Amino acid sequence: MISNQKQNPIAALFRHQIVIPIAALLLLTIFNVLRDTSFFEVTLKNNSAGNPVLAGNLISVLDNGSELAILAIGMTLVTAACGGQDISVGATAVIAGSVVMRILSGGEASADVVHAPIIIAFLVCCLAAMACGAFNGMMVSVFRIQPMVATLIMFTAGRSIAGWINENKSIAITDPNFAIAGTFIPGIPVPTPVFIALICFIITWAILKFTNLGLYVQAVGINEKTSRLNGLNPTLIKFGTFVLLGLCVAVVGFIKVSRNGTINYSVVAKDIEMDAILAVALGGNALSGGKFNMPASILGAYVIQYLTTTLYAMEVQATALPAYKAVVVIALVVLSAPKVRDSVSGLFRKMSPAKQSGGAA
Amino acid sequence: MSKTRPPKRGLFGNMTDTNLLMMITIVVYIGMYLFAVFGLGEGFRKPQTLLDMLNNNAALIILSCGMSLVMINGGIDISVGGVTALVSMVCAVYLEHHTGNIALAILIALGIGLAFGLVQGFLIAYLDIQPFIVTLAGMFFARGMTTIVHSEPFNVTNPDFVSLKDTRIIIPLLGTYNKKGRYIDAYIEIGVIVAILVVIGMFLLLKWTKAGRSFYAIGGNKQSALMLGINVRRMTFCSYVLCGLLAGIGGFVYFMHIGSGSPTNASGDEMNAIASSIIGGTMLTGGVGNVIGTLFGVLTLALIKMIVTSAGLDQPWWTGITIAAMLCIFLVVQSIIVAYRKKANMKAAAGEKG
Repeated sequence: MISNQKQNPIAALFRHQIVIPIAALLLLTIFNVLRDTSFFEVTLKNNSAGNPVLAGNLISVLDNGSELAILAIGMTLVTAACGGQDISVGATAVIAGSVVMRILSGGEASADVVHAPIIIAFLVCCLAAMACGAFNGMMVSVFRIQPMVATLIMFTAGRSIAGWINENKSIAITDPNFAIAGTFIPGIPVPTPVFIALICFIITWAILKFTNLGLYVQAVGINEKTSRLNGLNPTLIKFGTFVLLGLCVAVVGFIKVSRNGTINYSVVAKDIEMDAILAVALGGNALSGGKFNMPASILGAYVIQYLTTTLYAMEVQATALPAYKAVVVIALVVLSAPKVRDSVSGLFRKMSPAKQSGGAA
Repeated sequence: MSKTRPPKRGLFGNMTDTNLLMMITIVVYIGMYLFAVFGLGEGFRKPQTLLDMLNNNAALIILSCGMSLVMINGGIDISVGGVTALVSMVCAVYLEHHTGNIALAILIALGIGLAFGLVQGFLIAYLDIQPFIVTLAGMFFARGMTTIVHSEPFNVTNPDFVSLKDTRIIIPLLGTYNKKGRYIDAYIEIGVIVAILVVIGMFLLLKWTKAGRSFYAIGGNKQSALMLGINVRRMTFCSYVLCGLLAGIGGFVYFMHIGSGSPTNASGDEMNAIASSIIGGTMLTGGVGNVIGTLFGVLTLALIKMIVTSAGLDQPWWTGITIAAMLCIFLVVQSIIVAYRKKANMKAAAGEKG
């Protein structure tokens, strides 16, 4: 491969994966600085419960981006192992949220006090979402259906099933203890989802560091046949990544309903699957599977949320948002396309012929 | 897809995967229709019910044909629903607020579809970017642009357009008598004619032209297609351009059927188109599929919806769940059949050698 030769350091930099989300982050920041520096203001305000909390665009990026980052963890694993994406995460998150609401409200339309311990509701919603993940995983690994098509089933059914669980009632839970997970812990000014995301990152880091999961997932993604000949079980590994994604989705679904206190089956977590996939793509991971870079995906998730928040700050209509997002995404993807990157790094190489000849010698 | 199969290989052994999967869909469709006719009664016995299914889904048939083409070529295009919404909104604004004429509106519709196809095709074929990401961005862009063009739903009252929209083509001999004994003609809309022409055109293209066979070759195995001397990049590019063009046509047909511009037009149609193609026997891995199957895929989807509502499961969640269950069954059956045939093929090949 050409990339093994000694190269201009700038050209080498352009091949590094994490450079894409960082470059996007820098570009967005420069754009915001030029546009309006008040974007970066962070203030300490008292919220409705009387606690001092941080507010501002950057806090909102951290807050909402955390949900996306948790999803990006699972999505990266699925993408790497199966070479396809799960488009049902939004629908599954609604199912998880609906299960939480059903358990906590005890079947009534509104509840001031939760009817069951919150931890039980969380565990059951994890099970429900993992069951959905297991279904997707079974379709992909056992029946060998392409991930996007297999998850199309859950995508079509998810919101209907969520509505079915609660008979389409829009339940409202106003218990302050329930709201903690999606808003703030009393006395701590940083939004709780940030801490939840941090816990998830640490667990993921530990798993990737101390077990062979990462290696196995990449091996299956790069060449399924070879990995089987090497004694791995590709079916089980693919299945496992989907169950793990289900767990991530459950956490996100729980945060979503906790944040809102109500549930709207057709609106909650809408288009979140697209954002999660974009986060993985923006992290420079090949969507066709194989190698992955977890920190890049997580950073990609925050960049996507940063972009969304920037557009909101520019008072772009919520429904028109996708058009601007699409332009940015296309620009990013074109810039990170191997062909374009090759020609860019080739350009740098031409500019410094002395170094190239040194490398050849 | 090997064309040189050994003869005598059990049931359906001499059928290609494409034909087998299509046959399953057609048989299921007819079975379901017969069940509906005998089990659910009255409504399904009128020929008009069948024709209405075509009237309501003409646009989806056109979109699904484009989708099938791209899927046969081994790609995917999820921007078709967004393009449909954008086309209907732009045409509506043009006809209503600028009192434009129909011919130009049709040209605009085709232009929008073509533009999407050209850009997406270029990015996918020549820059090697994942089709999923490119067309996802295309969908986002189209949906966003729709609300930028106009954010409120409104009806079009342009007289030329309304007369075109209300044109009904009467089909003789299929009319029925209503309760008062009055004869009601059976009719189809213009969109259905367009859809049928598109299906026939695509069928001929895929079956009997060099370009059509290249699409199958590329979807089956890109490497071999390249070695056969097919210009893989150009054909991939063409498939997206054609799909975009069909999305433009589908958008206008949708607009003719619905007669209004709205940001929520055609929401979820990209997934309906993918589902129809799959039910019709097109495989997302490429190389397998047929537009006749796609036509029946669309009709099957429509029939499921009708059966669910008329069977009394009228809570809103049942439609979604039954469609998903149906999709699930079709996918599993496809997967099992293909795996079984692969095994049988290998056995046959081994037997020949031995």
